[in-house]
Amino acid sequence: MDPTLIGQGLLSGFLFGGVYSLMAVGLTLIFGVMRVVNFAHGDMMVWGMYLAWMLSVRAGIDPYVGFVVCAVALFLLGLVVQRGLVERIVDAPHEMQILLMLGVALVLENAALVTFGPDPARVRSPLSQATVWLGPIFVDLARLLTFGLAMALTGALWLFLARTDLGRSMRAAADNPYGARVIGTDVRKVYGAAFGVGAACVGAAGALVSPILPFQPTSGLGLSVTSFNIVIIGGMGSLPGAFVGGILVSVAESMGAVFLSPSMKELVSFGLLIAILLFRPAGLFGKTAG
Amino acid sequence: MKLLALLAVAVLVALPFVVGSYVVTVLIFIFFYAYLGQAWNIVGGYAGQLSAGHAAFVGIGGYAAALLSAHAGLSPWIGMWIGGALAALLGAVIGYLGFRFGLRGFYFVLLTVAFAEICRVVALNVDAVGGALGLYITFTGNPRQFQFQDNRAYYYVALVLMLASTALVRSIERHRFGAYLTAIRQDEGACEALGVDTLRVKMRAMILSSFLTGVGGTFYAFYLFSLQPNAVFGIPLSVEIIIRPIVGGAGTVMGPILGSFILSPLAEISRTYFAQGGWNGAHLIVYGLLLIAVVLFLPQGAYPALLRLARRRP
Amino acid sequence: MSLLEVSGLTKRFGGLLAVGGLDLSLAEGEMLGLIGPNGAGKTTVFNLLSGFLRPDGGEIRFGGRNVVGLKPHEICRLGMARTFQIVRPFPRLSVLDNVKVAALARHPAMARALEAARAVVDRVGLGPRVTDLAGSLTLADRKRLELARALATEPSLLLLDEVMAGLNATEIDAMVRQVAAINQGGISVLLIEHNMRAVMSLSHRIIVLSFGEKISSGTPREVAADRRVIEAYLGEEYVHPPQA
Repeated sequence: MDPTLIGQGLLSGFLFGGVYSLMAVGLTLIFGVMRVVNFAHGDMMVWGMYLAWMLSVRAGIDPYVGFVVCAVALFLLGLVVQRGLVERIVDAPHEMQILLMLGVALVLENAALVTFGPDPARVRSPLSQATVWLGPIFVDLARLLTFGLAMALTGALWLFLARTDLGRSMRAAADNPYGARVIGTDVRKVYGAAFGVGAACVGAAGALVSPILPFQPTSGLGLSVTSFNIVIIGGMGSLPGAFVGGILVSVAESMGAVFLSPSMKELVSFGLLIAILLFRPAGLFGKTAG
Repeated sequence: MKLLALLAVAVLVALPFVVGSYVVTVLIFIFFYAYLGQAWNIVGGYAGQLSAGHAAFVGIGGYAAALLSAHAGLSPWIGMWIGGALAALLGAVIGYLGFRFGLRGFYFVLLTVAFAEICRVVALNVDAVGGALGLYITFTGNPRQFQFQDNRAYYYVALVLMLASTALVRSIERHRFGAYLTAIRQDEGACEALGVDTLRVKMRAMILSSFLTGVGGTFYAFYLFSLQPNAVFGIPLSVEIIIRPIVGGAGTVMGPILGSFILSPLAEISRTYFAQGGWNGAHLIVYGLLLIAVVLFLPQGAYPALLRLARRRP
Repeated sequence: MSLLEVSGLTKRFGGLLAVGGLDLSLAEGEMLGLIGPNGAGKTTVFNLLSGFLRPDGGEIRFGGRNVVGLKPHEICRLGMARTFQIVRPFPRLSVLDNVKVAALARHPAMARALEAARAVVDRVGLGPRVTDLAGSLTLADRKRLELARALATEPSLLLLDEVMAGLNATEIDAMVRQVAAINQGGISVLLIEHNMRAVMSLSHRIIVLSFGEKISSGTPREVAADRRVIEAYLGEEYVHPPQA
């Protein structure tokens, strides 16, 4: 096997990992704070992608700028979903929560299908074409930019959680929901914000990925499963876990594509998920689900 | 109540002679999906183990019967039992892995989805079973090969499937197995303390459910004359399977039937209404909204709600 | 021959020794009280006995048979039934259906199970509430339901975990009479209880646990007068000479 190919794959996977991390961090934040599994995560990301596409095609806004809009839009969506739907079933059995989010996923995925059609779409960014050579390995400038921005956003989220009051309230609620209430945390506000921020992460991730990969409405499921994979590996509710997991899974997928055929890549993903579910559902750093 | 049921069955039996072919076709789908829903109901409704990967069993049953018919000349009437058995085998594997390793709720759902997707990807990529093109059944119209010239024959087969599965579930409800399932759904630990071998009961439910679903796969294959990996193993079919019992009332005898009578016409209407240019997903939006509505307002489903309404009238 | 023979029972959670080398024996027909301050390991002992936890060491012999490693449902089938400290009714089932689930363990046929369940429901005094949903019951009735379910499995040994907790004085008196009647009917009882009056009046013998170890055992009177027991509960300053 050509070492350049492997090196290429590693770098490619590593850079793409930034997006995976951002995506997973969003999911784990929602789970960690609210113990809700966002089955619509991948579909929200797809909407992030399509929004970026629309901004690019209709308003000429480059996704590397437009991602901010996508983040805000998805934040609002997350907030609406939480306030309007999730909040109402806080005390219901977990099956209900799963079914609810499944319903949201169905609506989002098929609304995208109906609005944008089933064919794959892609965003053209002037930067997509540029490449940079690092010795024998070349890197898309787009991928580099995506990685950089994804990292920056993750860092910003980190600061938000560590330094702001709302962020700290979120961490408190994640750690000890009852205790957080006892000390007067406005849990409703925290939950809404957590869902919103989680959705914003994945909206931004979608926008950042849109120049790199073609996407279609049905991509949602695969992205959701990948998110779950990452979060389960890294540990449900653990932010460092999601971060590290994102890079790990991305590199693993990349290596899978290099050594096996692309369709087998999916098998590896699912096989990995099953293995993790059986042997370490708590993940590397994680807490347990309800 | 029993009189009402008998009357309803009599009406359904007589119907094909009174209504047109289109209505018959819609009813075939109503009955068939009610059957699949009822099969799911055993493990997903009564036992409360949410499986979102039941399409895998349809696929395995269908592919098995189709392949045996094409390559070994085996009549699907026999092949369907083999298909069912193979599906039950997969069900046993999934069940064992899930239950033995203590996977609950979200984790179990994910496990079932993972297996279904693996089946789908394998079927897509293995040319021996048709690959991406899938399998096609040559039309012979020969009843021995589970093919009928007349739509109405399929109607009666589907009706029998629906009625038989409903009778089975009703019987389960009245025996120990059913009581255990319902209790397990509410509190497994308490069940263990009361002498219930929860692992064994759940396994039985899973195996029975997947077996029945697999048998349904044969009907699917020989009614639609084709098996496409994405269609028959994919999430959309799993959604079709689970949404009827959930909307109708998971863990009730009439739930899947009521759900099917509500959802199939709804899907038909959405499909025809939105049929212009590629709006194929529209009926799934309706499904999604319905699912949300049910969870928020009628978590036990339509059937229990109707019963409550009926009781209020003196 | 003792019905229940426990020797050297040990359980650790990480670095914490929850139960350390416990020896215990219970004769047929006996009512043994298990008391001790909070965190002493009493419920852990129940979990170990009933198969919900696996011991790290020691033996448990029930009816002469080693039951370590058996699953909870197997132990129940052998005749050891338990209740939970925080009651676990099946909320969406009626009182009768709740007990029916338990009765099915001994009577697989539905009709017989319903009969047996009905009898137990009446015996614990829940007759009037037989068709009510378990989720709508008061705490006292839930405790009765918990008891009824355990009884419906027709045990020879009943493990009762704080069955008086949360009840008012009248309810406690009723429960005490109930438990006494059960024991007089031939069922051996191992009773975890914080209510001292109840446990002292009911038990033939008492074992006192503190930090996972047995610090005293004997008749209620002996144990009440034991220094170590008073120390464990109230601290050194409260040790008094025994009151008559």
